[in-house]
Parts: sequence; structure tokens; C-alpha cells
Amino acid sequence: MTVLFSTILTLCVLGILAAVILYFVAQKFKVEEDPRIDEVEKMLPGANCGGCGFAGCRAMAEAMVTREDISALFCPVGGAECMKKMATYLGKVAPEKEPTVATVRCGGVCSKRPRTNEYNGTKKCSMAAAFYVGETACAYGCLGYGDCVDACQFDAIKVNPETGIAEVDADKCTACGACVKACPKGIIELRKKWPKNRAVYVSCVSKDKGAVTMKACKAGCIGCGKCAKVCAFGAITVENGVAYIDSQKCKLCRKCVNECPTGAIVLKGMDPLPKEPKAPAAKPAATTEAKPAEKNESVNEQK
Amino acid sequence: MKTFPIGGVHPSDNKKWSCNKAIETLALPDVVNIPLGQHIGAPATAKVAKGDKVLTGQLIAEATGFMSANIHSPISGTVTAVDLQPNAQGLRQMMITIKREGDEWIPEIDRTAEVKRECELDSAAIIAKIKDAGIVGMGGATFPTHVKLSIPNGCKAEFLIINGVECEPYLTSDHRTMLERGEELLVGVEILNKALGVEKAIIGVENNKPDAIASLTGIIKEKKFAIEVEPLKVQYPQGGEKQLIAAVTGREVPPPPALPIHVGAVVCNASTALAVYEAVQKNKPLIERVVTVTGKDVKNPCNLLTRMGTPISQLLEMAGGLPEGDVKVVNGGPMMGRAMVNVDSPVTKGCSGITVFSGEEVRRVPTSECIKCAKCVAACPMGLEPYLLQRLAAKQMWDEMETERIPDCIECGCCQYTCPAGIALLDYVRLGKQTVMGIIRARAAAAAAKK
Amino acid sequence: MANKFIIATAPHMHSPLSTQSLMRDVIVALMPALVVSALVYGLSVLYVTAIAVVSCVLVEFLIQKYLIKGASTLGNLSAVVTGLLLAFNLPANIPWWIIVIGAVVAIGVAKMTFGGLGHNPFNPALVGRVFLLIAYPVQMTSFPEIEPVVGGIVDTFSGATPLAAVKSGALSVVDANLGSMFGGFTGGSMGELSAAALLAGGLYMLWRRVITWHIPVAVLGSMAAFAFIVALMQGGGAELYALPAFHLMAGGAMLGAIFMATDYVTSPMTPKGMLIYGVGIGVITMIIRLWGAYPEGMSFAILLMNAVTPLINKYVKPRRFGVITAKK
Repeated sequence: MTVLFSTILTLCVLGILAAVILYFVAQKFKVEEDPRIDEVEKMLPGANCGGCGFAGCRAMAEAMVTREDISALFCPVGGAECMKKMATYLGKVAPEKEPTVATVRCGGVCSKRPRTNEYNGTKKCSMAAAFYVGETACAYGCLGYGDCVDACQFDAIKVNPETGIAEVDADKCTACGACVKACPKGIIELRKKWPKNRAVYVSCVSKDKGAVTMKACKAGCIGCGKCAKVCAFGAITVENGVAYIDSQKCKLCRKCVNECPTGAIVLKGMDPLPKEPKAPAAKPAATTEAKPAEKNESVNEQK
Repeated sequence: MKTFPIGGVHPSDNKKWSCNKAIETLALPDVVNIPLGQHIGAPATAKVAKGDKVLTGQLIAEATGFMSANIHSPISGTVTAVDLQPNAQGLRQMMITIKREGDEWIPEIDRTAEVKRECELDSAAIIAKIKDAGIVGMGGATFPTHVKLSIPNGCKAEFLIINGVECEPYLTSDHRTMLERGEELLVGVEILNKALGVEKAIIGVENNKPDAIASLTGIIKEKKFAIEVEPLKVQYPQGGEKQLIAAVTGREVPPPPALPIHVGAVVCNASTALAVYEAVQKNKPLIERVVTVTGKDVKNPCNLLTRMGTPISQLLEMAGGLPEGDVKVVNGGPMMGRAMVNVDSPVTKGCSGITVFSGEEVRRVPTSECIKCAKCVAACPMGLEPYLLQRLAAKQMWDEMETERIPDCIECGCCQYTCPAGIALLDYVRLGKQTVMGIIRARAAAAAAKK
Repeated sequence: MANKFIIATAPHMHSPLSTQSLMRDVIVALMPALVVSALVYGLSVLYVTAIAVVSCVLVEFLIQKYLIKGASTLGNLSAVVTGLLLAFNLPANIPWWIIVIGAVVAIGVAKMTFGGLGHNPFNPALVGRVFLLIAYPVQMTSFPEIEPVVGGIVDTFSGATPLAAVKSGALSVVDANLGSMFGGFTGGSMGELSAAALLAGGLYMLWRRVITWHIPVAVLGSMAAFAFIVALMQGGGAELYALPAFHLMAGGAMLGAIFMATDYVTSPMTPKGMLIYGVGIGVITMIIRLWGAYPEGMSFAILLMNAVTPLINKYVKPRRFGVITAKK
């Protein structure tokens, strides 16, 4: 009995002693912190993706609280809504920013871009890109080893095993930009996000001359400039042998889509414009119009 | 017998297929492609345009700045293009294309076989001649030789070390050159001695080339050269510049940015010494080199004296063509060479051999988990911990990689060679080194901008 | 083009080494000790070894297939090595179910829980042995009497090992039959019998470059030095040489130093680290042997140093080329 009693007593004394020590230590090393930082952090998505440019959500919250002017800060994951909520809480003005979505600009699927060799090294885009042209003859195209997939924290990008090209799930994409940084070829771009995931973009970044591009990949942009000529909004520029559609200027009029001879301009979430009857040569392309809207994602491949 | 102090591996050297084959001269190519960037530093600037007639040995591209090298026409004919062409890696690179018409040399070049030993030029004139001839390190690093010979202020060259190690398995081009062109090579070494103002040169040769050691020692004795041949214990990567200096002199070059000259050493490749002889004594620029074409399934492994710019496919044809099935054609040796996508790419100044792998050797061994056997740590000649660097690189922990001395890595491949788990250590280490070096350069640039 | 070009970054050669080949060499190196043990204790040795190996392999197979759901890892032979080492740490007359429990703990708890080969912080065979030693102390420490299979030259010890005998004061180290301990005819766990056979295995592994000399030399050297100093402080005499020699040959010293401490996964990566680790094992073993409650401390010492290994790896770096530390 005495053994039991003394044991309980010792443990109790030890417990109280430890509690007292902990209390004083906690007092001594207490860090004064703005309690609003915790509150703001709770409002952030908590993905710690670094899309804002900070190391994590905590650092972003600190910046939100400490900085007077928060117009340079933006959480791409939470978007405008989250920014507004935090700004209201802090009594600051939230920056306006349009939602964007990551877009993989390469249409060189296996059937269009033949493999010329087999890569037996470590399957990382960064390693293969630093070493050589890649498994196809196109030095600009998607390698398909998925550095972007590794970088994505939202499970929004996948390499399609059939095409060998990364594909973005626009609904999951938060436009944090991690994949843009991870891609050694600079193929991925954050473009304006239209409702219903509509999009028109040039799915090629090859700076090679037209003939060279054509030889390597049948879906490549050859820089012919036909699209730029029909664009009424000055959204299309052709530089270094490759066309580029400015997503801020583009109005989704879709005229350029029908002009592209290689199908490098991709149209998503919409029907293509009907072909004008004056060009009978374009007849086969007209069959694509009949396709239901769901299948339009693969319009460029059918050409 | 001497060797370097840390690490190293012993791959089977497989030199037996080509080490007894005398150097043959390859037939002149009909068309050559001359890349403007075939050396470390800025690519040369083209001095010819489409339609120009050029003679063999004529300057066709001039060094751009100090860290660059001249390029000369390896054949006579007409320039048909100065344009982007795919190189061995399939990447497009600026090249001068020349269609051959006969073989007419510029008259300044002395083409006689007579060995000319006396050289009255002073150091500056020798270095100028080497610069004019566009000589770069021919072991593969392609560092412009005139830059190497220009000793920075505050340093003094004490040793000239000639790299006749050829530690890369399979390759025998330096071996054959030392054996067949020994006297000329030694005169080249003598000239390099004069250029550097050093008394004595040491030729480091691995002990698996006893015939070359005997032949060079014989010539030195007979013709009274102030040159020493140092037989070295066979171990890879003995031919690494830092390893060779440590093996021969016992001095260790400190980590980057220190250079070999900071321990008083200048290292030149054996073939480079021969090129120096030809440039200084015969006015012949660097337009041809010996290339070993070898491999287990190559029908006729050989050592070919080849004009620069010759398509590698022509060399492969001479060696009996590529074996059937999947092949890996490597520009260089098996430990550090680069696998080629495009075998029609040209021979360049740094191309010491073409190694062909086929059958089982063509692909990497399967990968399994690291068992922490420490063999990579034991093998690393720079005293690094490849297993750790690999993990850090995979996790993108670049700062930690820098503290673990990743810039020291010489990318010799010993770690990956030895790894029983077949892990691609060097792939990750290389990625980490590239990234960290980029960070260091960016930091230096930012610091410079602040000033 | 008929040829398909394969592209990979350098190096394009690979050494003939593989995890499997290394493990195979370890198995070969363990054979002499197994043979000696079988000659001394008879067929029961083979029976115990077979059960240990089979159950280790089976446990790894089942966990890999049904819990981890990965590709089979049996090909690397590490489960066989663990099974052999576990068997070597058991008495020859142990019941079969204890062996199976040992295998489950060794492979299931100490190895696969952490993710399998390469991830385990502690030597699996030793974790198994120590678990059994604590859970079944009677069965684990009562050794069969030696059946003199080879002629009549055998010096029989009934039951207790020399270490236990010395501990209990029944034997003075000076009187211990060192020759018999070296040859393998004194009682103990199956694999611990013959110092000579274990040394032969160690030399084979050194020759095949499976291990380096650092760990065994550090362990045995520090044990001998420690024993020598202790004998010196106790007044020297005949014990001065008998004590170190006795401790090197008794119990698990050889087995531990050569086969257990050198386990790749749980030992340090750098030569310097290996020496520190080895000395740590040697000293802790001797402290337990001389002043601890257990007659033998090798297993505990190795497991303790296993725990220190990550720390050693973090702070003990190899000699970097060209870095002269004296300058600082």
C-alpha cells in the first residue's frame, strides 16, 4: 500500500513540477504575433502551393497583415473571392484579378509526332531536356515524363498515356503556376479562364522554321501567319516562326481556328465556326462541324 | 605506382578490340558540317558565306572573344550553307556546310612527314600560333588551349602534365597517337614547356598501355627530351584533370573556383600536344583528329584519322556498320560520353571516340531501393556522398546540396557505375549541379549588379 | 532506319554488382560457420536454419504482396540473409514456434514496417533476437550439450556458455579453453561457435569487397583494447592477454563484428563514421559484458549504435578532395 501511495505521490509531484517549468518557459519564450495572421491563414486555402510567391500560406497571411498595400498579393488558389474575404477582414482593398487556367501548348500527340528514339535515362523532363532533343524530333514539344504532374498539388494535370502529352483538368486547376515553373520546355501558360472552360489557343511553341516543324510534327505551328490576318482584335502575333494568341485580347471569335492549315489552333468548349462555302478544298474539315459539342476538345486532332 | 588519393572504380577497360589497330586515314567526306560551337566558351563567328570557295586549312570561323577558338576548313570546296543543323543530340546548332571539291590545301601548311624539332619562337608567339590554329583540349572537355596556357597574374606554372591516361574504357585514340606519333608528340610537349616556361614535363600514362610507355621512354632516352613518363596504376577517373594532378604531383586542387594553375599545374591532353606540334612547326590548324570507333558488336573496331566535320555515320560504316537491333551510339567513352540521336552529326574537336553498345548493354540495369551500402561514397573521387546528393536533388533541396559541395562534382559517373541497386545517381546529381550552379551564378550576378 | 537508338545519360557501363550478388556473397560467407555448427550440434542446426530462412522469406513475401502490394522483393535475397543471421543467434534446440515468432518480429516489425530493405533503422535479425531473448529468456539461453560428432577432441561445456560461466564466476578467463573457442567446440548460439569459421567468412567478404575492414576492425579492436585496459587496472598478470583474447572469441563478438554490425542499411556511410560506429559497439559491448546484467551485450550494442547511425551520417563527412581542413 505504501508503495502504491508513494508512487502516486511522486508522479503527482513530478507532474506539477513539469507544469510549472513549462509555464515559465512558455512565458519567457513567448513570441508576440498579430492574432490576425492566424485568422487570415485560416481563410487561405491551406494548400501551401507557393502560387502566391511565398513559401506557404502562413507567409502569405503575414504579408497580407503586415503590408499596407496588398495590390501585389494574390492567392491564385482561393481566387478573387478569398482575396475579397481577407481584404474585408483586414479593412484593405483587394486586388482585382481575372481567373486563369494552366494550358499545355503542345499538340504533338504520338500519331502526329513520331518517336525517333527511346529515352532510357531517368524519366524526368528536366533531365531529358538538359540532355537532348527528346524522343521526337521536336525540341520544343511536351516530353511527357510529368515534371508538371509532380509539381501539381491539386491533381489537376496528368500525362495522357495515349497522347504522351500533359493534360490539364480545368475544373481542378487553381492556376498556382507550379507546373509553369516545372516545365523545362516552357509549354504551359496561365491563360484567361473563360466560362465553361472555353478556350482558343495555339497548341505549339516550336520556334523552328516551318519546314523543320512540319517534318518533326504534323500538328505544329509553322508560322504561316494566316491566323493573324483574320484576327479582328489584333490578338494574334507571329514571332520566331510561331503564332501566339493573347488571351486578354482574344474574344473567342474562332475565325483563326478554321484558317490554321495544321490544326495547331485548338478550340475548346465551343463549336467551330461553319466553314465558308468558297473553299471547297476544306470540305473534309466541314465534317467536324457536325460533331456534338462534347467532342470538340479533339477538333485539332481530327484535321 | 602512383594513383589519385580518393575513390575510383575499375571498369573493364575493353580496349583490346582497338588498341592493336594502327591508325587508318578515313576517306575524305563529300560534305562536312562544321559546328561553330565545338569548344567551351562563345561559339566562333562565321567568316564565310554561302557560295564561298574555301581551301583545306583556311580560317572559316573566328574566335569570338578570349574564351573561344578559331575554326578552319577541313576540306576544300564550296560553302553551301551556314545554317542551323541538328547536332548529335538532335538540337539545332549553327553549322557551316561545305561540299568537297578535291583536296587543295592552303600553301602555308607544311605537309611533309619530316619531324622538325627546333623552335625559335618565344612563349607569346607560340601561344599566338596555338590560338590561330584553333586548338582546344582534345580529351573531350574542349577547353581552348591558348586560354589554358595564358597563366593568370599571380600564378606560376611549375608542372606541365600531359594526359596520356585515357582512363575511359574502350577508347584507344590517345594510346595509338602516343605509340605512332611519339616523337612529334614529344616535340609538342617541348613546345608547350617553352610556352609555359617550365623546365620539365610529365606524361601520365596508365599502366595498361605498356607499349606506349616503352615507346615514349625509348624516344626520350634516344633523342634526349627533358620529359618524364610516369606510369600510373589503372583506375578510373585517372584522366580527370584534378585526379591526374593529384596522382602525379600529390597536390590537390582546391574546390571551385580554384583552377589547376593554383597548385602550379597545367594539364594538356596527349593528342592536344601533337596538335600543338603540328600548329607551331607545320602551320597546320586543328582540322583532323584520331577517333576510335569501337564496341563489343562492332565488326571492325578501328582508330581513324578523320577530318573534322565528317559525318559519324561514315566512321561507323568504316568500322563495319551498326549491329542489328537496338543500339546506343555514344559520342565519347562509356563513362562520360553522350548518347547520340543523330549519327549523321559531324566529328568535332572533342570527339575522341564513338562507342557502340548493343544487345544487353544497351539499356540500364533495373533499379531497386538504396541499401546504403556506401559503395558510391567509397567510389566518389571527389569525396562526396552521391546517395545523399541524389536524395536532396529528388527533393529539390538546392541549398542543402550546395552545403554538401555539389559544385565539386566532376560528373565522372563512378557512383552510378558502382551502385548495386542500379540507381541513376548521376542523373540526379547532374540535375542538382546544374541547378545549384545556376543559383550560384545568379547570386554572383546579383552581387555584381549591387556594386 | 533499321536501328532504334537508345538514349541515356552517362555512364553507359555498370559494374557487375547488384543487391542480389552482394547478398549472395554474404550467404556464401555464412556457410563455414553453419557447417561448423552442424558438425558440432548435429542436424538440428539445419532444421532450425531452414525454419528461420523459410519463415523470414514467407513473412516478407506475404507482407510485400498483401500489405504493401508491391512487386516481390525476394529476389534481392535479403530475407534469406536475415533468416540465416536470425538462426545463427538461436540455440540449436529451440522450439520451432519461437523461430517463427522471431522471423515475424525480424521481418514484419523491424524491416517491412519501415518500408522494406533499405529503410529499416535497426538490424532486423538482431531485433528478432533481442525480442526473443526478452520474451523467452529460458529457451534462448539454455544451450544443448555438445554432441561430439567429430572425434573425441571436444571439450564439452554443458549448457552455459563461457561468457555466462565467467559472469557467474564459475570460470576464470585464464582457464577458458581458447583453442576450443576458436575452433568452435564450446557452447553457444548456433552461429557463434567458431571464431575461425566466422573469420573465414569475413575474409571472403573482404576479398569480394562486400564489406570494408573498418567496422569489424573497429569493433574487435576496441573490444580488445577495452579488455586490455580493464585487465591492466585489475592488476594485470595472466589476465592481461587472456581477457582480450577471451572476449574476442566468446559469445557473439565475431558474428556481431563481421556480419551484424556491417549490415549495410543500418551502418554509417563514411569510413570515418564506420570507425566511430565500430568503436561505439565495441565499448558498449564490453561495458554490458563486464558490468551489465546480461552475460552478452553485442546485440544491444549494435542496436544502440544503429540508432546513432543517422546522426553519424549527418555529421561525419568523407574527406573532400582538395579541402584542407588544417588551414581553418
